[in-house]
Amino acid sequence: MKKETWRELPIGTVNIHAGNSVVNLTGTWRSGRKPEFIESNCIQCLFCWLYCPHFAIRVEGGKVTGINYDYCTGCGLCAEECPTKEKSIVMTKEEIQLAEGRKK
Amino acid sequence: MKTQKILNGNQTIAEAVRQVDPDVIAAYPITPSTAIVETIASFRADGLISGEFVCPESEHSAMSVCIGAASAGGRVMTATCSQGLALMWEMLYIAAGLRLPIVAAIANRALSAPINIHGDHSDTMGARDSGWIQIYSENCQEAYDNFIQAFRIGEHPDVLTPVLVGLDGFIISHSSEVVQVEDDAAVKAFIGEFKPPYPLLDTSRKFTVGPIDFTDYYFEHKRSQIEGIEKSPQVIEQVGQEFGRTFGRSYGFFEKYRMDDAEVCIVVMSSAAGTGKEAVDELRAEGKKIGLLKPRVFRPFPHDEIAKVLKDMKAVAVLDRSSAPGAFGAPLFTEIRSALYDYDRRPKMVNYVYGLGGRDIKVEHFKEVAAKLERIAATGKVDEMLGYLNLRE
Repeated sequence: MKKETWRELPIGTVNIHAGNSVVNLTGTWRSGRKPEFIESNCIQCLFCWLYCPHFAIRVEGGKVTGINYDYCTGCGLCAEECPTKEKSIVMTKEEIQLAEGRKK
Repeated sequence: MKTQKILNGNQTIAEAVRQVDPDVIAAYPITPSTAIVETIASFRADGLISGEFVCPESEHSAMSVCIGAASAGGRVMTATCSQGLALMWEMLYIAAGLRLPIVAAIANRALSAPINIHGDHSDTMGARDSGWIQIYSENCQEAYDNFIQAFRIGEHPDVLTPVLVGLDGFIISHSSEVVQVEDDAAVKAFIGEFKPPYPLLDTSRKFTVGPIDFTDYYFEHKRSQIEGIEKSPQVIEQVGQEFGRTFGRSYGFFEKYRMDDAEVCIVVMSSAAGTGKEAVDELRAEGKKIGLLKPRVFRPFPHDEIAKVLKDMKAVAVLDRSSAPGAFGAPLFTEIRSALYDYDRRPKMVNYVYGLGGRDIKVEHFKEVAAKLERIAATGKVDEMLGYLNLRE
């Protein structure tokens, strides 16, 4: 997306591009750890989806199918909130690297 | 109906607020501006104003409420001073950055420590780079007139910048004078309607106010903000002239007093200018070629206009009612001295800090300054650039 010059910006710090956060790959902030989805333990309560601050839980057909690492910052809230006895999301060590979207 | 009333500075501001009737008023009382807030509260209780009156838990919250209400699209005002303005500090920058034309009445008061409730300009001078327009008043009438104009200036679509109006704590805020209070409807007509460009209550458009900027946008937004205050001088002039045509009292960036054939000049803002004029009259009667310049607008600083008035003087003394420890002179002085740099012919200059914590400044002190200016004009030499008036040495 072309970045506006200061003259082109609307007055005030107003952002008129609704939904533009999709271009900000917050997954690039992730450092050191990432969540891993264990489908066999999951009871589909969708707590992880509810608590994720970055909408990084993939939900297809009403069911959690995994993590969108382009936006996952590795905060660990999903794993913390997961209520199953054997956790359905666990945090694992990750080598520091670019998010998926940035590799393209 | 147009009436003459005996009002103190705080009451004149409250009268103006009653006439403007902003959508939201959020303020936390602090001496010496307390009476502004109290009077507004009583107006609200008596049904004389219709706007929402919010009394939050601190000045920081008061300015936060103002920012929220102005973002929603409201016409908003507050009043404070000193520690209260200092507590608003981070919110002042946000109001300016979001281009919200909030209007604030500041009953200028010293900053702690030592704690002191009396008048000086330390509070607003501390906010001088916050992005707010700053207008200073010599007396109750000017406080009233400036406060009304502040809405027109700040809300102008080219400007959209918050405005603060200074009135010296106690000296103006608590001194009663005869004030011309204009007709309610005429004031309403003068300020007109506020049309915010992006009111949050407009749900027909999708936008966000004040989201985070990273390294790729912050600079552009800051530059865009600067444009608002850069465009304000012509608006300040237009509004000042229109105010004159409507109500009979015109305003510009500053007032020149007996400057026509003056060779030396004293620059002083706010209430002390009244005392200064008295001193100039007495010195003129003795045949001294002295004049006075009273800046009214400090931000944006009218550097060109002031430099043109002062460049041919032999000597100029700038009186500052605040100190800037460690700086090259106090704020008003450094602005003016810098404004004159580009002129080959320019006056010798001295700076006096005066009136801190409400210390009195009398005609005799202006005469002390005038005597110094006379010596400088005669010798062309400034022995001491920075002095302190009426201080026990």
